[in-house]
Amino acid sequence: MTQEARDHTDLVAVPHPSAAVDPAAWTCPAPLRDSPTIVMGHGAGGAMSAELVQHLFLPGYGDAATPDLGDSAVCTVGGRRLAFTTDSFVVRPTFFPGGNIGDLAVNGTVNDLAMSGARPLFLSTAFILEEGTPLEELNAVARTMGEAAGRAGVQLVTGDTKVVDSGHGDGIYVNTAGVGLLDENVHIGPDRARPGDVVLLSGEIGLHGIAVMSSREGIEFGTTVESDTAALDSLVQHMRATGADLRVLRDPTRGGLAASINEIAVASGVGIEITERDLPVPEAVSSACGLLGLDPMFVANEGKLVAIVPAEEAEQVLAAMREHPRGEKAAVVGECVADHPGAMVSRTGLGATRVVDLPVGEQLPRIC
Amino acid sequence: MKYLDEFSDPALAGKLLDRIHEVTTRPWAIMEVCGGQTHSIIRHGIDQLLPDGIEMIHGPGCPVCVTPLDMIDRALEIAAREDVIFCSFGDMLRVPGSERDLFRVKSEGADVRLVYSPLDALKIARQNPDRQVVFFGVGFETTAPANAMTVYQAQRLGVENFSLLVSHVLVPPAVAAIMESSTCRVQGFLAAGHVCSVMGTREYPPLAERYEVPIVVTGFEPLDILDGLRQTVTQLEAGRSEVENAYPRAVAEHGNPAARQMLEDVFEVTDRSWRGIGMIPRSGWRLSGKYRAFDAEYRFDVGGINTEESSVCRSGEVLQGLIKPNECAAFGTLCTPRNPLGATMVSSEGACAAYYQYRRLDLAGSGATS
Repeated sequence: MTQEARDHTDLVAVPHPSAAVDPAAWTCPAPLRDSPTIVMGHGAGGAMSAELVQHLFLPGYGDAATPDLGDSAVCTVGGRRLAFTTDSFVVRPTFFPGGNIGDLAVNGTVNDLAMSGARPLFLSTAFILEEGTPLEELNAVARTMGEAAGRAGVQLVTGDTKVVDSGHGDGIYVNTAGVGLLDENVHIGPDRARPGDVVLLSGEIGLHGIAVMSSREGIEFGTTVESDTAALDSLVQHMRATGADLRVLRDPTRGGLAASINEIAVASGVGIEITERDLPVPEAVSSACGLLGLDPMFVANEGKLVAIVPAEEAEQVLAAMREHPRGEKAAVVGECVADHPGAMVSRTGLGATRVVDLPVGEQLPRIC
Repeated sequence: MKYLDEFSDPALAGKLLDRIHEVTTRPWAIMEVCGGQTHSIIRHGIDQLLPDGIEMIHGPGCPVCVTPLDMIDRALEIAAREDVIFCSFGDMLRVPGSERDLFRVKSEGADVRLVYSPLDALKIARQNPDRQVVFFGVGFETTAPANAMTVYQAQRLGVENFSLLVSHVLVPPAVAAIMESSTCRVQGFLAAGHVCSVMGTREYPPLAERYEVPIVVTGFEPLDILDGLRQTVTQLEAGRSEVENAYPRAVAEHGNPAARQMLEDVFEVTDRSWRGIGMIPRSGWRLSGKYRAFDAEYRFDVGGINTEESSVCRSGEVLQGLIKPNECAAFGTLCTPRNPLGATMVSSEGACAAYYQYRRLDLAGSGATS
């Protein structure tokens, strides 16, 4: 299980006075608030998701839970360190510009393994299919998964298929779990950032989120925005070959860059300052975000990574990233500082600063 | 992006800021009317860069924030009905009613859909002739033309299962109400550029004259806001109180005649309650008699729902510029974007949410994160 960062923002807050939540069901120190039922925000990768893990799953699992802070858990088996992760994919629509649920599911799990520095080896694939889903669609998804696995050099070794009644699912849901092996000298983790370290980003942000949103809602933004779904393990291997100390690697998926940076800041106990002017944001993404009232820093990516490295090694790692096709537009976007530990601060284009918080639930398009 | 990047240019912004610093000799309190401007000011940190004496007061121009609680409760009641598909813009979904919000109603099984245009709701109505489809039509003069067009089309196409829950409000009566308040501190206004792109600027000279305040029609990008501020401060320093247009690329004196004609046909002026402020006479629109059949309040008979605001929430004083969000005791403790007591904490355009999102560190002192 992937452990999200703790909800650091409002542990002292008390429940909404009018919320009809049963206090007997609360667990210390902070209660599950807002709603006695699951709402969409619980799955959005922000503060609500983190709270569900912290206050429902972990207490529920009790002593059986030994969660790891990273994108993958790292376990030691027979003297070898194994990275292990799982992820479910429920994207709608199933097919979107730049990919479909199949390559998303393979690349997503490969990337979670790669962010721990592991060499991804084996994946499982499990399908929950809705009665009535055309076999043609499933076939297209399966072929894409095979191709994506081939590109990433992983094997699809086991799987499962379940079918639910028509109306009880949404076409095709996919779960993938994966294992990989870590070399002895690899120590990458979200708690390893130190003041003075440099924040690198492997390329343009916001493409996957806008691609899916525009095809879901039928909104055009002049040019077609394509999802950036891609496996990043070969980029990571290329970065590792420099011999530099890759302290933190993270792929900013749900919740976007803002969620990843916030999680790293909390896990490492450092402040992280991002310079907005240095963020690579494609024109179509910034247009779409301007139109919908979204912030590109909160929009999902599926083929990008954030790396935190010591300042003296930043240039070397950046050069290596730019040599790789998945990192051509890599850039230095910020630095870690000793001030305001646990918080992400952004320097605006005009030179002022603002706090960038972990998103609560889903980002909502503004009215005007 | 065209019309975005050009208007965020740091070098030009620096020049405008220099100019504002040059002309400012005294402290001034200036209200930006529109929530979009509030969001932009706080997001880009513009207020941090202004001369010390220039105080920005964040006005009531956030539609999410001023939609009254009983209107939210009416929306929730309608949305919870089994025969209804309830459509809304995204940021209305998290606005708390007296007991729950639209997200909660959705999680309990209601068919609540996020749309990007009221015309999408009309399309949903045509695809679901056996369901009632309701669009939550909130907002200022800016969002009204699209809602008017949708009702007009519904009538033209005979889409009888469509209706609009209307909570439209108007800027000029709100400006007048703020100036009439005995505690008013506002000395100049940045008028809402997009409202004026629809309505034009002709409603404002009588207000500038009667209350002796400069009113400068202002856009939303950093350079737009800085230029609006420059013109306002220049007027204040010179003792002038005129209407000026700092957003000419979008605003013509007569506004958008086609949109205004549509508005005149579909809507009529009515009294409206503003969340946190109260009743302002003739400050909103409802559907005119000709289109009454499309009014969801009549169709679902929810007009009798009346609810009172949380007594802890001081959003009314925030909306009137009497206190800053962080001066409210509930700010950041009892009231956060997670658990908003009032609507100003819900929308990213709301002054409280903007302060919470972007200013928490400054307000709490360095090092504090909770």
